[in-house]
Parts: sequence; structure tokens; C-alpha cells
Amino acid sequence: MLEIKDLQVHYGGIHALRGISLNVEDGKIISLIGANGAGKSTTLKAIMSLIQKTSGSVVYDGKDITNEKTKDIVKSGVILTPEGRRVFPDLTVDENIALGAYTRKDKVEIAKDRKWVLELFPRLEERKWQPAGTLSGGEQQMLAVARSLMGRPKLLMMDEPSLGLAPLIVKDIFNIVKEINKAGVNVLLIEQNAKAALEISDYGYVMETGVVTISGTGKELLVNDQVRKAYLGE
Amino acid sequence: MTTTTLLQYCLAGISIGGIYALIAIGYTMVYGILRLINFAHGDIFMMAAYFMIFAMVDFLIPWYISAVIVIISTILLGILIEKFAYSPLRSSPRMSIMISAIGVSFLLQNLATYLFSALPKQYPSIPLLNKTLTFGEVSTSVVTFITPIITIVALLILMAIIKKTKIGMAMRAVSKDFETAKLMGIEINTVISVTFIIGCFLAALGSMLYFTPRPSVFPLAGSLPGLKCFVAAVFGGIGSIPGAVLGGFLIGLSETFIKAAGYSEFSDVFTFVLLIAVLMFKPTGLFGENLAEKV
Repeated sequence: MLEIKDLQVHYGGIHALRGISLNVEDGKIISLIGANGAGKSTTLKAIMSLIQKTSGSVVYDGKDITNEKTKDIVKSGVILTPEGRRVFPDLTVDENIALGAYTRKDKVEIAKDRKWVLELFPRLEERKWQPAGTLSGGEQQMLAVARSLMGRPKLLMMDEPSLGLAPLIVKDIFNIVKEINKAGVNVLLIEQNAKAALEISDYGYVMETGVVTISGTGKELLVNDQVRKAYLGE
Repeated sequence: MTTTTLLQYCLAGISIGGIYALIAIGYTMVYGILRLINFAHGDIFMMAAYFMIFAMVDFLIPWYISAVIVIISTILLGILIEKFAYSPLRSSPRMSIMISAIGVSFLLQNLATYLFSALPKQYPSIPLLNKTLTFGEVSTSVVTFITPIITIVALLILMAIIKKTKIGMAMRAVSKDFETAKLMGIEINTVISVTFIIGCFLAALGSMLYFTPRPSVFPLAGSLPGLKCFVAAVFGGIGSIPGAVLGGFLIGLSETFIKAAGYSEFSDVFTFVLLIAVLMFKPTGLFGENLAEKV
């Protein structure tokens, strides 16, 4: 459903992506792992047209979205939950959720989805009227995911959802990712927590300084010697 | 000072303060979204006055239609400036766009001098606004009386737009985080345009209220009021709309009372001493927030 071919990006004076190719197949959870600075976030930002691509193509659902505007990419159902949560701190939880559906006009369906995400994250229901900046880190991550779901993603890309969260909450977040996937949303996951990510992934890609070095099913990567040494700390 | 004169001065102060507030909102809103001090804002206000002269004196259009024309052309001017002078610099360092704003300010002043000459031109009189109202012993013109009312109404409508509407929510989101706002599918350029539309609308309104009781317009007529309104916005906490309004009223009132006390030549001094004092002791102003540099 998402097909990236030979994507190259120059960013901040460096050749950040040197030709990335990857596929996200329907119904799957795909993860992208690698060290800091490998170009994982850059890949996602480039897909969203937040940064300019030098060359290569991004095809989504058979449509070339390489040069589309961010707004139109969001509209077509590709949604990014950015690294570091990035909720709008002065806006209430409810307003943050509403912003997730900014491009949508179907009021009835939006109300339904709002109910659904609040069921998925009951903590947010309790805190609807609070400014998002007053939430804890874990709650903010939930809000960021809830906000993304309000855009009715067909492909949800999550950039380091477990970053800086307590282990228990990390587990929650990964369970939610699985649940979202079961509800029919494809997931492209970026993680430093490689083990947790690969365990729930159908397929994984390992990135190193702007290129994909290894790829395989989640299980294959978990037992791959190189991956174990470099990313699983074994 | 008798009660009557005191009331008279209060009314005059609140009235000029209201005008300052209307213009200060333009400064503060643009800053809130773009982190840009739009130094051309005072000159946009001046251009609005020339548009009025054009419409009413040169084309003899009745004042109420002229007012609409002035508002529309001021908004167009603002959007044009944004598109040509600010938008191309969106990803440049903040200082570049600031310098561009100063450039636009000089451009408008000199353009006005070139087109309309440096000689003061008489501002057309709007009969309805120049009528005299009398309350007991206090008498005042309609414009003095309605200016603060218009300001407060504009403020309330604006706050409602920002708090309750979708575009208002988008504006608040954009003012915090461009990139994440984009990820919500918000078109940043639309939000910026709306900000300029609102700012220029209020500047046009302020221009009509400001120049009506004054005799003339000249190319530098926007410069000093513009700076004062900038001080009002800084005093209220730049980025905060209620702060800008409060700052506007405060400067208007204190200026009027300093003049009333016989120190006319010091009234502007006071305004700029206030600016220095705010920047030294409370740089975030009354309602401003401590903003870390946006990354």
C-alpha cells in the first residue's frame, strides 16, 4: 500500500537519506529500527512532505504522492504521530483531539471516532477539559495517538512512541499499536526500543546512516546476529 | 480640574486608547503566529487613510461605501505584503524577515510620498462621526464616544473566533508548533493570511476612527502611532490579544492625562520610557508567556 523507491533527501547540509526503498503491505505492522541519526525520522518527515525530497518516489495506494502537499497526504489517510508527542500544550485535550480531524467534514463520523478514541484511552475522557500541557508524558503520548486516529488513518506512522516513558506505559502503548492494527490500520513504527518493536512487527527494516542495511520479518530480525549485537544489546 | 473636564479627558484617553488597541492587536497577532514584529503595520494604517481620501475626495463615493472599499483595499495591501515580502522568507532566520518588515515600512512611506506628495492632505469628514453628543455637561463627538465601544466589540468577536471556531483553533495550534499543525492537515499559509486579514481589517477600522477627528494625513502619519501601538503590544505581553488591548488603553489614557497636565511634549517620551522599562523589568509584559526560542 505504501511503496518507497530510492528516496534521497538532503537535510541541513547532509545527505541524510541515500536511497531508501521500503514497502508497507496491507494489514501489517512494519518497523524501522536503527541508531540515532540513521535517518528514520527523516524518512517519515519526507513521506509527509514536511521536508523536501531530492529524488525517489513515494507511492501510496497506487497514487504517486511524492510531491503532494502535507495537507493532501493527511487527507488521503497517511498520518504521522511525531516524535516527542508534540501535543498542543495550551489547547485542551478535547481540542487536541478535534484538531486531529481538522481535514474532515463528516460531523457524524467524527463524533463516532471521538467516542472510539476516548474508549480506547479512558484516561483522556477524564481529562477532556485540561490543557494538554498538564498531562503526564504517558498521557500525552496517548493523546498524540488519539489525535492521529481522529484523522482516520489508513497508514499510521509512529515516531518513537515509547520514548521517555515508563516500562509499564510502554507496554500499554505497544498493546494499543497492536489493537489499532487489528482495527484495520497499517502501522509503520520507528523505534529505538528495537526488541519491543520487532516483537509486534510483521516485517522490519534496519537503517544505518541513510540506507537500509538489513530487512526481514520481525522474527528473522530478532534472531539475526548483526541485529542482536547492534540493537538488542546481546 | 473639575469633574466635567476630568470626564472629558477620560473619554478622550479611552477613545485614543481604543484606537491604539485596535492597531496593537494587529502587531500582537502577527507576532503570535509568525514571531515577526510587523514594522510595516503602522504604515498600512497610514495607507488606509490615503485610501479613504481617494475614495471620498477623488471619487466622491459616499462614506459608508468608501469605508468598505478602504477595509477591502487595506486587507489586500496586507496580503500582498505578506505574499511578497514575508512568505518567501518563511524558512530564513527570524532576523531576515524582521529586516524585510522594516524595508516594507520605508517602502510604504516613500511610496506614499512619491504618489501623494509629502504635503499633508485633508482627511474627508464623515458627517455622522463628527456630530456632537452631549451628556449633561460633557460633550464629545460621536467618534470619540463609539471608538472604545467598537474596540471592545471587536475584541469580544475576535476572542470568540479564536476560542470557538475551527480556524481559531488552527491559529492557536500554528502559533505553538508549525510542523505539528501541518501534520494535522492545517494549511499554514491560510492561517497566516487570515491573521493578516484580521490585523489589516482592524488597522483600517482604527485608521478611520483615528483620522476622522484629525485634520490631515501625511506619509509619515502612521509611523509614530504605529510605534506607540507596538509599545502597547509589548506592554500587554506580545502575543496576547487582551494584553494588547489593555496596553492600548493604558497608553491612550496616560498620554491624554500627561497632555492635560501641560506636558504635551513629554507624552511620547513617557510611551517610550515605558517600553524601555517593560523590556528591562518584565520583558514578557503583562500577559505574555515565557517563550523558549522556537526550534
